[in-house]
Amino acid sequence: MGLAFSATLAARGFDVSFELAPGETLAVLGPNGAGKSTLLTLLAGLLDPTSGRATLDGAVLFDVGAGRRLVTEPRHRGVALLAQEALLFPHLTALENVAFGPRSRGEHRAAARARALDWLGRVGVEDLARRRPAELSGGQAQRVAIARALAADPSLLLLDEPLAALDVAVAPAVRTLLREVLTGRSAVIVTHDPLDAFLLADRVLILDGGRIVESGATAEVLTRPVTAFGARLAGLNLVHGRATASGFAADNGLEVPSAAPLPADRRLALTVRPGSVTVSRSPDTPPGTSRVGAEVDDVEHRGDVVRVHAAGLVADVAPADVVALGITPGMRLFVGFRHEDASIYPL
Amino acid sequence: MNAGSLPRWVVALAAVGGLFVVLPVVALALRVDWARFVPLVTSDSAQAALLLSLRTSLTATALCVLVGVPMALVLARTAFRGQRLVRSLVLLPLVLPPVVGGIALLYTFGRRGLLGSSLSAAGIDIAFSTAAVVMSQAFVALPFLVLSLEGALRSVGTRYEAVGSTLGAGRWTVLRRITLPLVLPALVSGAVLSFARALGEFGATLTFAGSLEGTTRTLPLEVYLQRETDPDAAVALSLILVVVAVAVVGVAHRVRPLGSTAPSSPRPVREVR
Repeated sequence: MGLAFSATLAARGFDVSFELAPGETLAVLGPNGAGKSTLLTLLAGLLDPTSGRATLDGAVLFDVGAGRRLVTEPRHRGVALLAQEALLFPHLTALENVAFGPRSRGEHRAAARARALDWLGRVGVEDLARRRPAELSGGQAQRVAIARALAADPSLLLLDEPLAALDVAVAPAVRTLLREVLTGRSAVIVTHDPLDAFLLADRVLILDGGRIVESGATAEVLTRPVTAFGARLAGLNLVHGRATASGFAADNGLEVPSAAPLPADRRLALTVRPGSVTVSRSPDTPPGTSRVGAEVDDVEHRGDVVRVHAAGLVADVAPADVVALGITPGMRLFVGFRHEDASIYPL
Repeated sequence: MNAGSLPRWVVALAAVGGLFVVLPVVALALRVDWARFVPLVTSDSAQAALLLSLRTSLTATALCVLVGVPMALVLARTAFRGQRLVRSLVLLPLVLPPVVGGIALLYTFGRRGLLGSSLSAAGIDIAFSTAAVVMSQAFVALPFLVLSLEGALRSVGTRYEAVGSTLGAGRWTVLRRITLPLVLPALVSGAVLSFARALGEFGATLTFAGSLEGTTRTLPLEVYLQRETDPDAAVALSLILVVVAVAVVGVAHRVRPLGSTAPSSPRPVREVR
């Protein structure tokens, strides 16, 4: 039961397989062109795969391969799509928009309207039932769109950057609403915003170039990322390396001793928070720390800290220290961290 | 109006062009013999021509809607080999001299035409009948409807339709409850333009349907005929066609697509304007 998905799409170099348990929400992240939207259109049935098979709660969405070609029409999939824009039908009122799904499934007018009104109430815009989409604000329209998607009683809800087009002022409230309605509901949410993954998703899937590069429970991906994208999502520095006799040797020259034995035959990852990375002009290495000399690649201002990029690491440095050390791009300095702040694990 | 941002000679040429369009209509209105206006436009032959014109134009418009909507849908929502060629051919009546269209219709549906000989054998004679008038009008008016509707369908896009189908709507429901309502303004303006074009049809009608009073002599044919014998009647009837044309332009220009401020189908609508 739940969702089992496996599909390739030759034209876009897309090849992705995953499973989702009933009631779980999956966040799909990745750079532009990674195949996130392709994944949603394949699930919704707006695009047919070159090959593959997907089932939702036991029903086949598509099964395409040598000699077989079974593709269920979008309307029979039980999959509702919520896009970045609300895409409310402009000629129908909010109520009629929400009643569209139930009506299309053969429910009688009165029953469909009652259900629509109920959903409008649940998303908090009951009083806007008679308005046309042109008379709604962006946040209101997206609430109506959420009600419309859910009123169709989908087995799987697809969300394509549902908050991206909203005002920063209204996005948090809509995100809270999504958090409520997604509880216990199977959903796939494509997003650029790590916050969506943190707050809405049980699991995370990171795509790049049409392939899965990282996946797992949200908490796991956030504490033990294995790709640069995953590390950025988690807000961590990630350096790859290998085991040595005394511990860990990073590709950028850092050496970190390890009390526990590390697997010698596998690539390793080391992560450390940017706030735990320190910079200095002196190469002195106090006990329990590691340092490496490097040229400063970039310096950027970020809220209340200055982020210094060097040796493939980023360090969050207090503005006063940046001035005291005279940090500018191109200068040489030493970056390092205390061993207890880093964690090392196999890829 | 602020003309300050344009060179003066551009504004001057625009004024000349505007006068070129408006002045003949004014001249026509000035020539109307108002004392005899009502008797002139209510004479038996004028009434017959007017009623015939309205009847045939409305029928032709209905015909255009009946086949033009599916044509626009096929052109805008499907992809097939030779689609560009088909689209160009559909637009042919727009640029073809109407009299050539009439001859083409004659050699298709005339007694000795491509289909006409078989129809004739079955006892159906189309040429020089009221049906021929309707066909001539539909032939020249169809591209207006197809063009404006196809443009609207393309600009609306398929995203609403995709949402509808994921909500469980079948193809017919999507077409009836989403696609057609979204392009309704363009459909209305396209139909109005088709009606106007049908009402003004002259060349193809004369060639394919002839000029029999009460059967095929529509208002434009009556105007042309009266011009020889009673110019005042021709002017009075012309004024009626002008009034209808102005009303049509007003409607076609007023109808706008949902949630937009641009005319529903800029290309054909603006040409008429």
